[in-house]
Amino acid sequence: MTHIKSGMSLNKLHPDTWVDRYADYLFNYAIARVNDEEVAKDLVQETFFAGLKSAKNFMGAATERTWLIAILKRKIIDHYRKVNSKKGKAEVRITFNDNSESEGDWLEERVADPFSLQENDALENAELGLAIQDCIDQLPEKQHLAFTMKTVRGLSTEDICNELNINPSNLWVMIHRARTALMGCLNENWFKL
Amino acid sequence: MISCEEAAHICNKSQYREASLYEKIKLKFHIFYCASCARFAKKNKKLTSLCEKADLHCLTEREKTTLKKNIEEQL
Repeated sequence: MTHIKSGMSLNKLHPDTWVDRYADYLFNYAIARVNDEEVAKDLVQETFFAGLKSAKNFMGAATERTWLIAILKRKIIDHYRKVNSKKGKAEVRITFNDNSESEGDWLEERVADPFSLQENDALENAELGLAIQDCIDQLPEKQHLAFTMKTVRGLSTEDICNELNINPSNLWVMIHRARTALMGCLNENWFKL
Repeated sequence: MISCEEAAHICNKSQYREASLYEKIKLKFHIFYCASCARFAKKNKKLTSLCEKADLHCLTEREKTTLKKNIEEQL
């Protein structure tokens, strides 16, 4: 029995690395579902806390990230339950339109357009976001930081150089390596042109 | 005439709107006769549009530090 056990490489939890490895992924996952940065941030923290609490239940069959995502999903459901229970207690005043001129126009014109592709787009974009985040998370630490600061946070070259204490050509080398790696990583699924 | 390395550099800069007009002209000219840089530029542009479409978010370093501290307290 022992030799079988040692042969299987069970996944282990490393809570000290959670923030660096998974925080952004979980954050993007949550934002796509709750559409609010502050709420998403809280949900990520709650997920980590819950993960610590139930760490002993982690069997090692799934990867750490899959396990954390499963917890996050529960947290998102709980969040909506809470929001909805509050709603029930409040006075219901529905205004479908802020514009008083169009008062009286009723729901029909607000019904989802069956031919609209927007909803699908939103889903696909959320999926795309996670695919990109997954690739970003595989970058070496410095490239990860440089690319995120430049692309995701949209900081200026000057600000990044000051914060990381590097010169612009260093930064551009890192950006170049990061972008090349990301193209390779996303190649399979998203670069079918 | 610019080298492929320089072309890649300009191409990267232009993904963040930091390439000058003169640089962009040099790049266009280079791409005209260099197939591998043309391929790179096309993919690079695609990556930029994918990133825009995905509307990525991230926690700032400060937020991550706070988060780490909070986790350590729970340990």
